[in-house]
Amino acid sequence: MPKTAAREPVGAITVRPMQAPPPAGDRRRRRLTDQLRAHAFLIGGLTCFALFSWYPAIRAVVIAFQEYTPGSDPEWVGVDNFTRVLDDPEFTAAWRNTLTFTLLALLIGFAIPFVLALVLNELRHAKAFFRIVVYLPVMIPPVVSALLWKWFYDPGAGLANEALRFLHLPTSNWSNGADTALISLVIVATWANMGGTVLIYLAALQSIPGELYEAAELDGANLLQRIRHVTIPQTRFVILMLMLLQIIATMQVFTEPFVITGGGPENATVTVLYLIYKYAFLYNDFGGACALSVMLLVFLGIFSAVYLRLTRSEGEETA
Amino acid sequence: MSTRTLVSPAALARPRGKAVYWTVFTGILLLFTAAFLFPVYWMLTGAVKSPDEVARTPPTIVPEEWHLSGYTDAWELMQLPTHLWNTVVQAAGAWLFQIVLCTAAAYALSKLRPVFGKVILGGILATLMVPAQALVVPKYLTVADLGLLNDPLAIWLPAVANAFNLYLLKRFFDQIPRDVLEAAEIDGAGKLRILWSIVLPMSRPVLGVVSIFALVAVWQDFLWPLMVFSDTDKQPISVALVQLSQNIQLTVLIAAMVIASLPMVAMFLIFQRHIIAGISAGSTKG
Repeated sequence: MPKTAAREPVGAITVRPMQAPPPAGDRRRRRLTDQLRAHAFLIGGLTCFALFSWYPAIRAVVIAFQEYTPGSDPEWVGVDNFTRVLDDPEFTAAWRNTLTFTLLALLIGFAIPFVLALVLNELRHAKAFFRIVVYLPVMIPPVVSALLWKWFYDPGAGLANEALRFLHLPTSNWSNGADTALISLVIVATWANMGGTVLIYLAALQSIPGELYEAAELDGANLLQRIRHVTIPQTRFVILMLMLLQIIATMQVFTEPFVITGGGPENATVTVLYLIYKYAFLYNDFGGACALSVMLLVFLGIFSAVYLRLTRSEGEETA
Repeated sequence: MSTRTLVSPAALARPRGKAVYWTVFTGILLLFTAAFLFPVYWMLTGAVKSPDEVARTPPTIVPEEWHLSGYTDAWELMQLPTHLWNTVVQAAGAWLFQIVLCTAAAYALSKLRPVFGKVILGGILATLMVPAQALVVPKYLTVADLGLLNDPLAIWLPAVANAFNLYLLKRFFDQIPRDVLEAAEIDGAGKLRILWSIVLPMSRPVLGVVSIFALVAVWQDFLWPLMVFSDTDKQPISVALVQLSQNIQLTVLIAAMVIASLPMVAMFLIFQRHIIAGISAGSTKG
C-alpha cells in the first residue's frame, strides 16, 4: 500500500488537508474491501459461535421432537420425548433436588460470603492473606474438591465426623444419608465457590463512598442501621446480579452429585443436568436428553427474564 | 491511608473498639485457617501417610511417618504424566485459539465497522443468557458429527465461543482512541499491522485476564471432557481422576489429587495480584 500522506510537523496545529474524494466507483470498491477485511477478522470466531453456541441451541429444540440415535435418520415423534421424560419418576426427583439445592445454596452460600466480605472489609491487617486463602479453593479443580469432600464425608474415618466427635456432637451420615446428602453437596459447592463471590463483594464494598457512613453516623445510625441503610442499598445491584448468576449456575450442578454420590442414595441427589447426562449416555436417548435440556433452558430463560424485569428499577437507581 | 468503611477509625481507636477488633480478627483468622487452609493441609499430608494411618480414628494431625511412595505410585499407576500432558495440550490450545480468534473478532467488532456488526454482537451476547451446561448434549452431537470426538479440537474450538471473554476484549478495544489507529493507517499500516503493533501491546492487561480465565476454565472443566473423551489415553486429569478413583488406594488417590491441583494453585500464587484485580474489576463494571 503506498503512503498517501506524509507525517505532519510536530507541534504544528494544522487541519489535515482533505484529500479529494475518490470517484464513486472507487469508494464503493474501497468500502467493499473494508467489509471483506472486517469479516475476515470475524470469520473464525463467528464460525465457532455458530457451530458450538447458536446451532446447538436450535438443535436442542429440533431433537427434542425427534427420535434421535447418532448414525441413523432422525424420526419426528411429536411430544413423545416430553411425555416419556415427564413420566419418569426420576424427573420429579431431579427437579425437586435441583430446586432444593439451589435454595439451600442461596441460603448458605449467599449470606455467608456477604457477611464475610463485610467483616473482611473492616479488617486492617493481613488483608492479602485473607484474600488469597478465601480464593484458594476456587483454584482447586472442582473434581478434586469433590473427591476431597467425599473423603471427608466418609462415615468411618472421615474428617467431618471426626470434627463432630471432637466437638462432642452426634455424627452424621453426610453424603451417604438420603436426608443429608443434598445439604452435604451444598456445603462442598459453597466451600469451593465462595472465594469469587467474596472478592466481588469486597470490590463492591470498597466502592462505597466513606462520607455516606460518616453522614449516617452523625445522624446517629448504629452499626446495623448503617449496614441496612448504607451498605445494602449501595451494593444492591451487585447483590442482585450475583444472586441471579448463582441461581443459574447452581441450577446446572453436575460435578458434585456425579463424583460424590452418583445421584444416590435413593435418587436424593439426582439433578436435572445429571438426568440429562443419564438420558444421553446411559440410555442413549438423545431425544429425551434434548427434551430435558429444552425444559431447563425455558425454565431458566423465563426465570431470568422475570428476575431482570423485577429488579430493573432497582438496578437503574443504583447503577 | 485507607478510606472510611462501616466502622469509623475513631471507634476502632478506643480501647473497647481495639478489643473487639482483635477478637474479630483472631476469630476470622482461625475460621479461615480451619475452613480453607486446613482441608488443603489435610490433603497434602494425607498423601504421605501410610494406608493404615490415613484410615485411623482418631486421625493423626501430623503424619507419623512420611512416605513419598503415595506420590510416586500415583505418578506411575495412574499414568499421571499422560493425563497431565493431555490437560496441558487442551488448555494451551484452547488458550491459543481463544486469544487469536476472539481478539480478531473483538477487534473487527470494535474498530472495523462490519455490516451487521450490531446484530452479530447481539447474537454473541445473547449466548451469555443461555445456560451453557444445558446445551452440552446438542453440542456433543455437533462435535460427534464433525468427527472431533477424542480430538483436542473438541476442547479448542468450542472454547472460542466464549462471549464473556470476547466482550471483555471488545470493551477494552473500544477504549483505544480511534485517532491513534487512524494515525497509524495514514502512516500506511494495514489492519493486521495495527492490531499487532498498536492494539495488542496496549491491551496487555486485558489479554492477561482473558488468558488466565481461558486456562483456568479448561483445567477446571469436567462434564465436557467427560463427554468428548471416551478414550482413556486422551482424557485430561480431571476425568481420569474420577474414572480411576474407584479402584485405587486412598493415599495414592490423594497424592494424585494434590498433583492435579498444583499447576492451578501455583499459577494463582504467582499471579494472585492480577487474578484478584481481574475478578474485582470485571465485577464492578458489569
